[in-house]
Amino acid sequence: MAPGAQPVSARPGIAAATCVAAVVLVAMAAVIWRAEALTAFGAAEWQAVRFTLAQALVSALLSVALAVPVARALARRRVPGRAVLVTLLGAPFILPVIVAVMGLLSIFGRNGWLNSLLEAVGLPTMSIYGAHGVVLAHVFFNMPLATRLILQAWQAIPAEQFRLVGQLGLGPWTVFRSLEWPLLRQVVPGAFALIFVICLTSFAVALTLGGGPRATTIELAIYQAFRFDFDLGRAALLSLLQILVAGSAALLAFWILPPLAVQRGMDRPAQRWDGRRAGTRAVDTFWIAFGAAFLLLPLLSVLLSGVGALTQLPASTWRAAMVSLGVAGLSTALLVALALPLAGWLALGRSGALEGVSLLGLVASPLMIGTGWFLLINPVMDPRLLALPVTALVNALMALPFAVRILVPPLRQSLTDYGRLSVGLGLRGFAAWRIVLLPRVRPALGFAAGLGAALSVGDLGVVTLFADPDLATLPLQMYRMMGRYQTEAAAGAAVLLLGMALLLFWLCDQWGRYAER
Amino acid sequence: MLSVSDLRVKLDSFEMRASFDVPQGRKVAVTGPSGAGKSTLLAALGGYVPLLDGRISVNGADVSHAPPDQRGLAMLFQDGNLFPHLTVAQNVGLGLRPSLSLRPDERARVADSLSRVGLDGLGTRKPAALSGGQQSRAALARVLLQAAPVLLLDEPFAALGPALRAEMLALTSEVVTQTGATLMMVTHAPQEVAQHVDDLIYVENGQVEPPMPVDQTLSDPPAGLRAYLGDPGQV
Repeated sequence: MAPGAQPVSARPGIAAATCVAAVVLVAMAAVIWRAEALTAFGAAEWQAVRFTLAQALVSALLSVALAVPVARALARRRVPGRAVLVTLLGAPFILPVIVAVMGLLSIFGRNGWLNSLLEAVGLPTMSIYGAHGVVLAHVFFNMPLATRLILQAWQAIPAEQFRLVGQLGLGPWTVFRSLEWPLLRQVVPGAFALIFVICLTSFAVALTLGGGPRATTIELAIYQAFRFDFDLGRAALLSLLQILVAGSAALLAFWILPPLAVQRGMDRPAQRWDGRRAGTRAVDTFWIAFGAAFLLLPLLSVLLSGVGALTQLPASTWRAAMVSLGVAGLSTALLVALALPLAGWLALGRSGALEGVSLLGLVASPLMIGTGWFLLINPVMDPRLLALPVTALVNALMALPFAVRILVPPLRQSLTDYGRLSVGLGLRGFAAWRIVLLPRVRPALGFAAGLGAALSVGDLGVVTLFADPDLATLPLQMYRMMGRYQTEAAAGAAVLLLGMALLLFWLCDQWGRYAER
Repeated sequence: MLSVSDLRVKLDSFEMRASFDVPQGRKVAVTGPSGAGKSTLLAALGGYVPLLDGRISVNGADVSHAPPDQRGLAMLFQDGNLFPHLTVAQNVGLGLRPSLSLRPDERARVADSLSRVGLDGLGTRKPAALSGGQQSRAALARVLLQAAPVLLLDEPFAALGPALRAEMLALTSEVVTQTGATLMMVTHAPQEVAQHVDDLIYVENGQVEPPMPVDQTLSDPPAGLRAYLGDPGQV
């Protein structure tokens, strides 16, 4: 490129990346510094590492294994409500963990529907707490994500190929070998890797359903070391372990991660001429019903039990809701301020290698960042005063990899299409962003901001470290209610939280779509 | 005067060399086979590819390493000459200043420019609501406001039908004559533009020949150009 031949420069992006790296590294340094001596690597740490890896592996395997038949059924069937179901498959991504856990408890919990059923027919009941509960929740969250990723690839098979299949009257086995297997080989490893990495840093699920020596993730162990024992040496050691484990996994996974696109137009299945036998049809119907039930029953149950309690929520819950809205707003603003320059920088480069920078947010443990900043702030001022800004910042870092992956492709396209024209007209820097790039990527920006806002409003993570009895976010408030067995109030709060997450996402996404083209 | 001396541009394994002068107000067609380096020449003049060596000057000012908007030249590309999310008036207004908020007198100049290319009253539309020919006119209206001493056209009318293309060429020629700008336009069909240009530059294998008077060159083309144009007798 000739000097000045690009409308935007790499500098703001490099600055943003430096900020991100600084927030993470300073926190890490603080943890190590205050830890004085790292605790020796003991059996408990080893157990946490093993459980973290094992649950992520099983969760990713199960999610993908269940997603394949569901995606296959959705790709070739036109059943009523299919479009709605496909849209809802995107919901778990923005669903507050604590709300989902509540829903899962109402189905699989001690007094849940499933156990009532088992009891009625005289079978022994099951407990959701423990390793299998953690895996169940992870599958609940990630099976829909995997289904969407696989379905997206499935629908990218050109309609002509299915026309050919119909023309030649190919059987299901031939279709599988010639069309579906090559496709699965491409998309499944990426979906698996993404889910594996997401599950590695899981905290809220382990906090609510796991615990105990047999079901403690590294992230949860950091929280316990910090909150219960205030054992900084142990917290520091675990933080380093987390970076090592999640970092190496993310680096390996990065090369096969699927691109995240603003997914539109998945609501129409291709015209298919294969798989019309009654048997195949029955199998597909079963899988669609299974997917729908697994996704919808827990949510439905939360809604049913919570709507009634909505009007009787105590004032403290409404206050917590306002706090959460504030955190989400700040977090989204930070996310946009970091993601745009970062994505602009990455879009200038031809290869995606630099995108690794944004992965820092996924790799570094949110709890570690929180702990580090708590230690730094503590001597200077009451860390509870900064609890909410730190929470917002950490939430923004967590959403950053997703936002960057959403923004880079349309930004790169805009620079290819309109970069020369912009430069020729003297549109550079801020003017280029305002007049050319932002309007061009507005749909992607709205989508990314919506994800960020929803993730932040529903996040139950760093805020647990700073826990202040008077200043809780809504997810934290809900968690406390559940701990005190205030089930009804918790259900009401869950409905409120769910509504807030969906509304925030919807508002941002609508803002993006409103763009006049 | 547009002056190019010992220009060398290297893109991967392709290398282009050029040395020529075009007096102010001259209209020059640039032609040659696909991949010969026509677009690379214009991109180098426009400041979109780095120079390996050599010098480009516009009316005496050395612009070899100036950014594209500070070279005293305006450029229209094969496509993407208008921002689809801006109105026609906003697109045209960017020729005055890189801003969307124009003063009343500037808005009047935009309206005037639009009427000179026959787009009266279409300023509030988005480019998508215009026909292909109207979009080309809108881009020309902006070029008018840019009032650069040199106008570079990289086949901006290639997607138009023959009649529309002829019309746009005539309009461009008229506009350029009015402003006294130097015109360099890439074309695949030099006969088509012959009546609107003075000179012809032939490019082949990265070698840019100096401009020759168009009538003379077309009636008695040198060997390379003759092969490119094809023997009319054999058609």
